[in-house]
Amino acid sequence: MKRFFYTLKQAFLQFLRNFNMSLASIFAITAMLLILSIFFILVINVNTAAQTIQQDYDSIEIFLDDKTTEAQANVIIQDMKQKQGVEDAFYKSREEAMTEFKTRWGENGYLLDSLKDNPLPNSVVIMISDLEAADELAEAAAGYDGVEDVKFYKDTVDKLLNITRFVQIAAIVLMIFLIIVSIVVVSNTIKLTVFNRADEISIMKYVGATNWFIRGPFLVEGIIIGVVSAGISIGLSTLLYKKVVEVLGDQIFSVLSMPMVPVGFLAYNFTWIFLALGISIGACGSIISMRKFLDA
Amino acid sequence: MIVFDNVTKYYKSNVGLENVSIRINKGDFVFLVGPSGAGKSTFVKLILKEINADSGSIKIRGNEITTLSNRMVPKLRRNVGIVFQDFRLLPKKTVYENVAFAMEIIHQPRKLIKKYVPQVLSMVGIASKANKYPDELSAGEQQRVAIARAIVNKPRILIADEPTGNLDPDTAWEIMQLLDQINMRGTTILMVTHAKDIVDKMGKRVVAIEKGRIVRDEFGAYGYEEALADLEVFGDDTIQSRRTFRSRFKRGGEEA
Repeated sequence: MKRFFYTLKQAFLQFLRNFNMSLASIFAITAMLLILSIFFILVINVNTAAQTIQQDYDSIEIFLDDKTTEAQANVIIQDMKQKQGVEDAFYKSREEAMTEFKTRWGENGYLLDSLKDNPLPNSVVIMISDLEAADELAEAAAGYDGVEDVKFYKDTVDKLLNITRFVQIAAIVLMIFLIIVSIVVVSNTIKLTVFNRADEISIMKYVGATNWFIRGPFLVEGIIIGVVSAGISIGLSTLLYKKVVEVLGDQIFSVLSMPMVPVGFLAYNFTWIFLALGISIGACGSIISMRKFLDA
Repeated sequence: MIVFDNVTKYYKSNVGLENVSIRINKGDFVFLVGPSGAGKSTFVKLILKEINADSGSIKIRGNEITTLSNRMVPKLRRNVGIVFQDFRLLPKKTVYENVAFAMEIIHQPRKLIKKYVPQVLSMVGIASKANKYPDELSAGEQQRVAIARAIVNKPRILIADEPTGNLDPDTAWEIMQLLDQINMRGTTILMVTHAKDIVDKMGKRVVAIEKGRIVRDEFGAYGYEEALADLEVFGDDTIQSRRTFRSRFKRGGEEA
């Protein structure tokens, strides 16, 4: 316990004595974390978008002949429900379809009123629980009597998912790159403070201090730098995201008909992710920078 | 206390030590002399396990250290105090803190530190300067602080690497008397030095190293050959200076 307090005290002293250096490190890590946060915001929004898309499109719509009765439709429904990968199946009358259409068109819905006959067919909607099975199900659905057409937005879903996957991978690669860069920056900064204290370290070694005893304060110093940077980044990126949501949220909603990830959720995630990152960047940085001095 | 058995250490292009065997007993006071590059530093570094021997065995207090794991090196060094030519005090710490630091490092209780540091400071004769910073002290006083730091953890062995190199003759002599006192309390002392007059005056065991080998090991004086070799290394190699040197040497000490 005493050792712990000794280490802590030394670390704070070092942090304050090398305040300019600490500030430089904090600035560097904060910058990295902020750039990271932009990618993070992008990825998490793209992720939610992907999920929404999957939810929206995880259905097959079977359009029925005008001659097909609801009773016949029920046979199809019962039959489909038996199949694997089907979560639910229900009948959608042409009237229901029209109402849905109007809602989707919103303000422009009145245009549909001018249609004399409802051009939409009755349909059976099949909710899919397993997207892998979608192709087979669509094929099977086409085989029933009285089926006019089967609609399944597989291509669209696939394309969108490919794009999101690409964005995710690219962002992760960039994030890893940024993390490495910030570790290098921190380790160089701490190396400068270590250089300043090379004499002290060599004396410590001659008197018989263990490597961990010497490393401890530097490690904690790195962690302090990391935590402070994380704190600043959390605050700034949350504020930034809040502004973005305020400015763009409505527009994105009207274009893509889905909301952006809520600020609170993001702030919560930023908190633990940035703390973890800040601490590990600081710790790695200091250990790497000390390695050479502790060799002999 | 310190036993080298057939120790060899080569550096990339030159010899550090070659087949060196020596025994330094408990309570000995040994001078290690020889020209620069002879292997004195290698000898000291091997004892501290700053470098590893290529072959041979080194025993400190009966423990083989050539096979010691890196984790155990700090334990080894706690039994070996060291004093440098350039003192190596921490400039931002007071005299008291510089000495206490050595005890803090090995996790001594604060009570013991408070009790023992003043004792050691008064033993080396600088109790009154406890709250001064190193740059407020004279060179001799700084070396006393360094010695206090080296002995505060009661090491069995004290290595002094040219401790008088930066001091004027009178101060150097005072430091030597201090080291002698420490030796009389039972600490084994190994002192690396070029100071012929001191070695002669002390009349202790003198081990001379040259080109990585021990060329002489006896009680008494520094030795003429070694002094001459020093002169050459220091570049003062004109016939005139050799002559004056020889006459000065003859006047100053006894020939070995």
